[in-house]
Amino acid sequence: MSEVKPDLVDVQIDGVWHQFPKGTRLIEACRQVGAEVPHYCYHPKLTSPGNCRMCLVETGMPPRPMPGAEPPQPDESGHLPISWIPRPVIACANTVAPNMGVRTTGPITEECRKGVMEFLLANHPLDCPICDQAGECTLQEYSVEHGKGESRFREKKVKKPKNVDVGPRVRLDDERCVMCSRCIRFTDEIADDPVLGFTDRGSHTVLTVYPGRELANNYSLNTVDICPVGALTSNDFRFQMRVWFMRETNTIDVNCATGCNVTVYSRQNKIYRVVPRQNNDVNSDWMPDSHRLNFHWIDSDARLTDPMVKENGKHRVATWSEALAKTAEKLAPLSGSEIAVIASARMTNEELFLVNRLVKQIGAGHVEIVPRMGEADGYLISADRNPNTNGVKLVLGLANPGSGLDRVKSGIEEGRIKAVLCLQENLVEDGGFSPELLGKLDFLLATYPLANPTTGLADVVLPGACWAEKSGTMINVTGRLQRLNKAVDGPGQTLEPWEIVRDLIQALGGGNGIYSVTEIFKQLAAEVAAFKGLSWGQIGDLGLPLIETGETIPALEREKQRKAAGLIVG
Amino acid sequence: MGGITYKRGREPHGKEHRVIFRNIDREGWDPGIETYLKDGGYDQLKKALGMERAAITEEVKKSGLRGRGGAGFPCGVKWTFIPPNNTKPVYLICNADESEPGTFKDRYILHQDPHQLIEGMTIACFAVGAKLAYIYIREEFPEAAKIVEKAIAEAHAKGFLGKNIQGSGFDLEIYVHRGAGAYICGEETGLIESLEGKRPYPRIKPPYFPAAMGLYLCPTIVNNVETLCHVKHIIGMGGEEYAKTGTKNNTGTRILCVSGDVQKPGYFEVEVGKVTMGEVINDLCGGLKPGRELKAVIPGGSSAKVLRADEIYTVGRGDDARKLTIWDIPMDFDTMAACGSMAGSGGVIVMDDSRSMSWVLNNLNNFYAHESCGQCTPCREGSLWMKKITDRVVAGKASPSDIDTLYGVAKNIDGRTICAFGEACSWPTESFVEKFRDELIGDTKPELEGAIVNAETLTAAASL
Repeated sequence: MSEVKPDLVDVQIDGVWHQFPKGTRLIEACRQVGAEVPHYCYHPKLTSPGNCRMCLVETGMPPRPMPGAEPPQPDESGHLPISWIPRPVIACANTVAPNMGVRTTGPITEECRKGVMEFLLANHPLDCPICDQAGECTLQEYSVEHGKGESRFREKKVKKPKNVDVGPRVRLDDERCVMCSRCIRFTDEIADDPVLGFTDRGSHTVLTVYPGRELANNYSLNTVDICPVGALTSNDFRFQMRVWFMRETNTIDVNCATGCNVTVYSRQNKIYRVVPRQNNDVNSDWMPDSHRLNFHWIDSDARLTDPMVKENGKHRVATWSEALAKTAEKLAPLSGSEIAVIASARMTNEELFLVNRLVKQIGAGHVEIVPRMGEADGYLISADRNPNTNGVKLVLGLANPGSGLDRVKSGIEEGRIKAVLCLQENLVEDGGFSPELLGKLDFLLATYPLANPTTGLADVVLPGACWAEKSGTMINVTGRLQRLNKAVDGPGQTLEPWEIVRDLIQALGGGNGIYSVTEIFKQLAAEVAAFKGLSWGQIGDLGLPLIETGETIPALEREKQRKAAGLIVG
Repeated sequence: MGGITYKRGREPHGKEHRVIFRNIDREGWDPGIETYLKDGGYDQLKKALGMERAAITEEVKKSGLRGRGGAGFPCGVKWTFIPPNNTKPVYLICNADESEPGTFKDRYILHQDPHQLIEGMTIACFAVGAKLAYIYIREEFPEAAKIVEKAIAEAHAKGFLGKNIQGSGFDLEIYVHRGAGAYICGEETGLIESLEGKRPYPRIKPPYFPAAMGLYLCPTIVNNVETLCHVKHIIGMGGEEYAKTGTKNNTGTRILCVSGDVQKPGYFEVEVGKVTMGEVINDLCGGLKPGRELKAVIPGGSSAKVLRADEIYTVGRGDDARKLTIWDIPMDFDTMAACGSMAGSGGVIVMDDSRSMSWVLNNLNNFYAHESCGQCTPCREGSLWMKKITDRVVAGKASPSDIDTLYGVAKNIDGRTICAFGEACSWPTESFVEKFRDELIGDTKPELEGAIVNAETLTAAASL
């Protein structure tokens, strides 16, 4: 037999021998060698009930000789012959065994798939034209790949509840449900809120929410993501856009320091939905509802679209050069110690890098950020609601971000600070700066995506792009460096914050030739020790660990335990 | 059966061999413990408590006892599947969810001789090291549950249950758990889920083999009522002696429940393999109804494949091969399997020439469509589909090709489901179509080929 490591077993998949660690599920072994096994109920992060029967495959083992008979002899590759078993097995819950054979094609496997497809469609309403899942529905996909092309079903279909409100954000169509139980297992195993279940039996089985309860937990929309069909749909997204028209952008969530990996779905510069993207070092496959739905403000009427300057107490639209020139003019008479720069821990490392340069250039006496602390939810929401506090520490060099905010306030109060450059923050509402306090300033510049009380007070207002409109990197709570990718353009004259800071640096006298985020990252990698040797491309879509913070993400820790216990594949 | 008299009209037939049913319909018998003790009750338990645990299992293995619930798995072998290095509690469950259509044996034990079960169960628990056992009684047996609970209390009071049973140091508690009326709860892993308070969705095997990961994921032995009763008698006689009853590899006695078109349907305890189908129908049951001819027999509960009366069955291989008519088939596990069916739960359903096979199949399909738990796709969707097709066959609204579809649907269920319900619901259809295809096709109408057969589709077609 070929060289076998102790914990590896030889398995033949579709005629080719491979080695897999003991305990590997057949479905994962097949996937690893490119022989995808279709499935509905199996999800690597959930337990395997084996109920959909779509992953049935033909398997075989070496023949067991009758007592006294000659044992089977290995062939020239060192493997025993395989005696194929007529009864198919589910690939999702069975594990590899030495000298096992698996056929993901062939008559038995293919007949099983055709049979299951026909069964699943027998009572399915076939309402694809008006179904939100159309275009990303496994029933559709597997119909193409494994279906019979026609149904023999001539009977009346089973009628079940439709358009059921199972919770504030999720809607259920029981006729579309294939009863894979993924949503039930998710609410039970991951969200600890087991409110979903089946009632009735046989073909009349219905998914339902427990009487008097609702699917209202902050992770409810993940059930929509893992529903392989159109049974569970999002109230927010349903009927908004056909999925095939949308563009997908891989980026990260900025609602807290966890930095859930997400895909932003947009069309013609409008975002239609944000869904979690798998990253087993950050958010697994999940994200909180509150975070994914926090995007509708992006195309609201409150967006700032043009630079504005205040004249005679009123804002008027200005050009960028006008606004920057006015800023330079107002700052010129001031000494550095009279200027405070309030940056944001929602800024990328690249933006912070330029902020740092700006601070040095004008010799600003104060630089701070606005902290946002809340309560961790014990799953994926971090207590730190700023996405890049670690970047602030590392790039902007603040040892204790937010701690100096009171000194800035007293500086303004006492007249020592005469100008504030507020970059992508809302000092009045989030920073605890009263309008009266800000009114004492000689000059206030504010950049922000939305009009807010701070921009209302500002002498110069600059429209800064929001998270979905910019690229850059951030460092999450565990110290992981992750990439933000621009999904849509900001409205009107909006610029990405790094461009604004670059232009401020230029307007205030320092020239530089930075034209892209990747260029900034190169400089960052050259100047900041922790980034040394890194390139933009290296970070990839899943990020990489940059620093040790000692922090963990509770939902991931629990997932690791379930994996170690063999309950899930992970 | 010296000295035992039975109630008038309920006397056992001469070809019966009553062991388990010894006290059923017995004159002067009641389910109370005093009656049981007077008859030598709990003597075998006392004997077993003096034996080595492994020796009890060894006796059961030697006896060749096969499970009487339906699958016919060797009982002693099942007990040895508990992992030897196990450190978790071991549970024993008595499956009293007797739900297989055509089967009505366990109910008599529960109603009339509950202490026999408790004694057998206590011996089994002692052998496998279970200190907690459950009797899962189907919802439809409310009286049985009361009687068994009373019997448990009596056994407790007499020191046959509870702490330190008969001074042996062995503790055992038995609890009755009542089902809620679902056939699937008779499937052992479905039963376990139900006992845990969940929907009785059968578990996948692997990994959830009950002997290793059963109730609360602890080693669990699930045995049928009749099987556990046999354990008592095996201890009484000794395994080898027990094995002399019945036939080789099909030892002991078993209770046949005969229903359908016979003169005297009922229950009959016979030595396994010692009586033939002909003897069952003609002798035990007094023959077919006057002027009728045998058409078919379902020999082991409704899930068993149907046997056609005029078919010649070949059993045995090579030199041992012999041809049998349906009348000659010995009622044992192996021959019944060789004839293409199974001895199953012992429910023999006899059908004469007055029966429409379409109607019979539709009746069975109705049952399975109603009882499919709905967990896995083929059975959930297929069982109702088969019912709907046979509904149409019976109503004269089916075309000949519907019979092919019917067969195809059954084939797509068979062997592809989580539990044996898949086979249970597909085998009747498969066997009826295989054996009575012409009759089923005769109930269809060729002119309906390709026609739209339901109002819903008609409406949809009209709006095109």
